[in-house]
Amino acid sequence: MMLRWVRSVMAGAALVAIGTSGARAEVPPDVLVKRVTLEVVDLVAQDKDIRAGDKRKVIDLVELKVLPHFNFNSMTALAMGRNWSHASPEQKKQLTEEFKTLLVRTYASALAAYSDQKFDFRPLRSRPTDTDVMVQVRVIQGGAQPISLDYGMEKTADGWKVYDVVVGGVSLVVNYRTEFNHQVRDSGVDGLIRSLRAKNQALERSDAEAGKR
Amino acid sequence: MTLPYPRAGLRGRLKRLALVLVLAGASGCATVGEADPRDPFEGLNRAVYAFNDGVDEIIAKPVATAYVTVVPVPVRDRVRNFFGNIADLLIGANNLLQGKLGDAGNDWARFVFNTTFGLFGIHDVATEMGFEKHNEDFGQTFGRWGVGNGPYIVLPFLGPSTLRDTVGTVLDIRVDPVGNHNETRERNALVALRLTSQRADLLDAGKLLEEAALDKYLFTRDAYLQRRRSLIYDGSPPRERIPESRLEPPEVSPRAPAARQASVSGNYAPRVPANYAQVMAALERARK
Repeated sequence: MMLRWVRSVMAGAALVAIGTSGARAEVPPDVLVKRVTLEVVDLVAQDKDIRAGDKRKVIDLVELKVLPHFNFNSMTALAMGRNWSHASPEQKKQLTEEFKTLLVRTYASALAAYSDQKFDFRPLRSRPTDTDVMVQVRVIQGGAQPISLDYGMEKTADGWKVYDVVVGGVSLVVNYRTEFNHQVRDSGVDGLIRSLRAKNQALERSDAEAGKR
Repeated sequence: MTLPYPRAGLRGRLKRLALVLVLAGASGCATVGEADPRDPFEGLNRAVYAFNDGVDEIIAKPVATAYVTVVPVPVRDRVRNFFGNIADLLIGANNLLQGKLGDAGNDWARFVFNTTFGLFGIHDVATEMGFEKHNEDFGQTFGRWGVGNGPYIVLPFLGPSTLRDTVGTVLDIRVDPVGNHNETRERNALVALRLTSQRADLLDAGKLLEEAALDKYLFTRDAYLQRRRSLIYDGSPPRERIPESRLEPPEVSPRAPAARQASVSGNYAPRVPANYAQVMAALERARK
């Protein structure tokens, strides 16, 4: 009797889970950006540890809330440009992993610097059939020009995913493309992986030191 | 006013700066091999960049950090507003030169309201009234008129620029109301305060740059060129279809470096469409 009850509850939970994940795929990109932005900013503003400078916690928050909405494969491929086709599957995997680590940390630092700015979520200008859109957000701060924060997003089987972030007109993907290009030209794809890894490790160390102080 | 400014070790820092300069100069000469067509003076630019970075570490960043530590946020907001208000005069003039009459009117209305109701500009009441702050300068005006970037140049002390923007900056400085203030001591104090306030606003961005960049010079250069392009088009430049590059066929035979570089530089050339003047005129008419 009890067992059957447990089983039916579990089946119900599974159904609900399927239902929500199915619904998530339907969420329009601008709604998704607004929801995630407000949720994360709220958490950052309220969390005492983060306000006190707990970097690890911000990174965890980004990994939990923001990361699932990014397509790091696309981002890495775009940043690599032509060099992407010269990389082996194993190299591609490592590149994506290291680039992801670097971007998550940068994103976390940007979030940690957040202080009561307001957001203006612009109406999406696209056709319903579009599979590639630019979601525009503006960060408003008194006395200064608003900063634009745009997300290039593509429709995937798993919902809308971010493949580029454009801050004040500066596309991260375009910016990294030159850097990656130089590295690959100088020391090959493996050289790029090595320097990304070294960069991530150095940041990890300096965070650990800052934590001790 | 005494700032908690580390006097001890200044000489050591200067020595290090000199060393950095020499090294950068040497390595700079070595890197001039495969020049990016946007950046033909990369070697020299890298040396000046290192010099600026050194000056920043020794003077600008410590002063800005002290300013942020000592001066509370509301006061810093007022300082930023005060100088922002003065800047609105020339922002309006540049919008006028670019034929954006509505924007120019907006900027001068900002100046009028902020100077009066905002008590000489220390309160940005105009933003709350719906007059948005703009970002314009002579470099952008030239860009709007169709003048290309020219080579990328890192100016000593002033930082990233291009040939076009350098000419713009010279004009900006020539007509700067603060810099043209008659009383020398007041002028110097105001210029120093403005620099401090502007540098303080960039502290967070500086930290991000340290974290994000593999090569700070390249990252700064590309960010500058992208940013300027976006500003010239007032935040909505014709979109680069990035995803299409994914569809590019894999490069079979290595092309000549020049051809490859050209495709990269093509991303940045700010081209004003041929019918730009007509479209802008039509927009102005529609607005009235």
